[in-house]
Amino acid sequence: MKKNSWLALGGAVAALCLSLPAAQAQDKEILVGLITKTDPNPFFYKMREGAEAKSKELGVKFQAFAGKFDGDNDTQVQAVENLIAAGASGILIVASDTKAIVPTIQKARDAGILVIALDTPLEPMEAAQATFATDNFHAGQLIGEWAKRTLGDKAADAHIAFIDAHESQPTVDVARDQGFMDGFGIDTKDVNRRGDEDDPRIVGHEMGEGSEVGGRNGMETLLQKNFDVNVVYTINEPTAAGAWEALKAAGKDDGSVLVTSVDGGCPGVKNVADGVIGATSMQFPLLMASLGVEAIVEHAKNGTVPEPSEGLTFTNTGVKLVTDKPVEGLESITSEEALKECWG
Amino acid sequence: MTPILSARDLRKSYGRVVAMDGVDFDLYPGEILGVIGDNGAGKSSMIRALAGALRPDSGEIRLNGEPVRFTSPMDARAKGIETVFQTLAMAPALTIVDNLFLGREYRKPGLRGSLFRMLDRGRMRAEARKHLSDLGLATIQNIDQVVETLSGGQRQGVAVARACAFGSRVVILDEPTAALGVKESRKVLDLIRDVRSRGISIVLISHNMPHVFEIADRVHIHRLGRRIAQVEPSQISMSDAVAIMTGAMQPPPNSISQEP
Amino acid sequence: MPSDTPQFEERGGWGQRVINFLHGNPTVIPLLVLVIGLAIFSMIVGKRFFHPFNLSLVLQQVTVIGMLALAQTLIILTAGIDLSVGAIMVLASVVMGQLALTYGWPPELALVAGIAAGGICGALNGLFITLLRLPPFIVTLGTWSIFNAVVQFWSGGQTIRQQEIAATAPILQWTGTAMQVGAARLTLGSILMLGLAVFLWYMLNRTAYGRHIYATGNDAEAARLSGINTRRVLFSVYLLAGGICGVAGWVLIGRIGAVSPLGGASANLDSITAVVIGGTSLFGGRGSILGTLIGALIVGFFRNGLALAGLDVLWQEFTIGCLIIMAVGFDQWLRRIAA
Repeated sequence: MKKNSWLALGGAVAALCLSLPAAQAQDKEILVGLITKTDPNPFFYKMREGAEAKSKELGVKFQAFAGKFDGDNDTQVQAVENLIAAGASGILIVASDTKAIVPTIQKARDAGILVIALDTPLEPMEAAQATFATDNFHAGQLIGEWAKRTLGDKAADAHIAFIDAHESQPTVDVARDQGFMDGFGIDTKDVNRRGDEDDPRIVGHEMGEGSEVGGRNGMETLLQKNFDVNVVYTINEPTAAGAWEALKAAGKDDGSVLVTSVDGGCPGVKNVADGVIGATSMQFPLLMASLGVEAIVEHAKNGTVPEPSEGLTFTNTGVKLVTDKPVEGLESITSEEALKECWG
Repeated sequence: MTPILSARDLRKSYGRVVAMDGVDFDLYPGEILGVIGDNGAGKSSMIRALAGALRPDSGEIRLNGEPVRFTSPMDARAKGIETVFQTLAMAPALTIVDNLFLGREYRKPGLRGSLFRMLDRGRMRAEARKHLSDLGLATIQNIDQVVETLSGGQRQGVAVARACAFGSRVVILDEPTAALGVKESRKVLDLIRDVRSRGISIVLISHNMPHVFEIADRVHIHRLGRRIAQVEPSQISMSDAVAIMTGAMQPPPNSISQEP
Repeated sequence: MPSDTPQFEERGGWGQRVINFLHGNPTVIPLLVLVIGLAIFSMIVGKRFFHPFNLSLVLQQVTVIGMLALAQTLIILTAGIDLSVGAIMVLASVVMGQLALTYGWPPELALVAGIAAGGICGALNGLFITLLRLPPFIVTLGTWSIFNAVVQFWSGGQTIRQQEIAATAPILQWTGTAMQVGAARLTLGSILMLGLAVFLWYMLNRTAYGRHIYATGNDAEAARLSGINTRRVLFSVYLLAGGICGVAGWVLIGRIGAVSPLGGASANLDSITAVVIGGTSLFGGRGSILGTLIGALIVGFFRNGLALAGLDVLWQEFTIGCLIIMAVGFDQWLRRIAA
């Protein structure tokens, strides 16, 4: 009896093994994979929403993966491998480690999969066939320039606090930071490196890990270094919200400090409306994702590979400056308008 | 004379392994009973059954002639049977006082004790000091010292003091001298005599024949899961006892039903 | 009679006495590190460092991690570890925020529900550890993922903004209320944390339950043989720790004003760091609440001092790392000479 049941089980397993590749071969459905850095982040959440909606609209299968923490390369490697095994047509990836993921991406390309980097370019950029991203340097430039123009003559003796994300200087982190400096008129020295500047207006750089807690801690420390801070650059809007709590506690929430940020998440846009954030550069994760899905479907049907935007090495999905205190010579939209386009 | 603690026909098996194969046991008031037996003879199963740490499959344990049933070491302890395990069962990072009262702390009287669960540290320290000096351990000056800073003999002393402290009638000592040097072993043996002189009956499990023959009034010899003989150290040589224990020699007649 | 009784000599000598003292008072070392650190920073940074405002600022900065570290201390004292404390904290704050704002519960009820959610998470850890007898490291690694997933599911990755909470459920931000004491600023969250520390100190040192926690962590078998229900002790400790993490979720909302699904990731390890630097042994049964407070303050003051001294963030991490190694090394040394 026992033997028989084992035999039956073995037979079933064998049948399953035989039928699987057959089923895969028959199934010509297009599969799109999305791999993001982490789950608990509205930016990636929105991306997933956008990709999922677009996939449904175009009638293709969709699968999402995420790393366990920012910088988690292993999980992303596994996700790519899984997608290769599943016979995906294309992969959209927000790489956690832009260099370490490259060999795995190559494997996917060798398997005939179209790989598109979202938000963060790979290193080298050509490792992916296309990159759909925000021009983060430009995003920084916009808020830097806004701050400079808002201050007018006083910009010459401003005290600027920088709250970045990580000490490991990820490319996005550096691009926004250096873009801000460029826009504000600070000599960035090496534009790929943060912290080598000698402009006396810089109070210091603190690492906020992109979270509210980090933003508050960083702002408190920078206020201790120099209480006269009147311009704050933050890597993203949660960091800005945390920094604002510190400013409020220090009694500097009277509008004397310009807080700038990048992202365009809905809570961030509402904070612009409430006067917490002076100006923020809005990016479009939903667009990145849905454009990505479209490109993959296009590629699967007739083999076309998306072309980069003019004058750039990647497909720019656009940046808009959001502020309720517009300055002359700098195009911007109000928080009210932005609320219709915001994400998260 | 009624034994203070006795057992009849205790049985326990784990699958095919028989740990107790009809064990009988008798301990009489005021005596020191040595228990010897080869490794794996089932001594410790018997001891754990008597201490409440193991529930036998069948058989009966009597305390002062009354049948008792222990479901935990706390049960046995409540009836006045204290065990000093070979590991001493002390928390090395806690102080002497903490260890003496571990699991049966005193609380302050009144609301402080009932509502705020406050320990009565003053009372515990006073009693601890009294118990230690009763047993000649007064040289341990600082009873707030953590146990791990004590010497092996001192730790054994504290463990014995804990066993004696709670009005117990029987103290079971499992290999109290195994980890000690000559000098400290001697002190522990003196300590055991001292405890006996206070009217407490003692069970001493040991592999050290000279120690057993020096202080035991009677010796219980364990072999293959049961008691094979009871002898008096004055009536038998140490080498004969070892021969009985290992099966090289038949036990003398009438040696099972012997009474002091 | 006294001459007949056996006498045990006490091991003497000056060195032995120092060791005995350290065994009884292991908190002395972190205290020394803190005092020396403060002295060095006040020399480098100057007056600004010792200004009451800066001191109270550091206290504010360590409040959230300090709270988690208190919960972690209880668990590490039982020779366990809880990798999920940060996730429980974020989960509790999300429960509070979602119930009060999205589901329209009365804010007070949402607050209680959030703390209860923390307790339930802790109880879950406790159940897996005591009932299924799984190692705490594995269990809490698993629940860390599970709780994160629940947070993600519930919040949809969304932040609830400070202004929205202030409008409908200001009680959730109560812990962020600051009081001016001279030049110092104390938040109610900090006071809550200190009050909790006093309570836990009392519990650990002045009640039988506290002694049982130490004994269980120090030698579980010995504790069991002494009549302690070690499984009940373990379960209750994880439950209590979960509840404390729930309260920490409330303190977190006060600190950042908002309810955010971010920011709990590094909190797990930060809490362990504070406990270890505070001289509590990862092997259980050894350590103190006061040590953990000092440990959290050491981390806070070193970060603050190094930043004010103008050093790069890298050196903050480097220094904290060195302190951890030193603390664990010292604990090992103390344990070895005991044997």
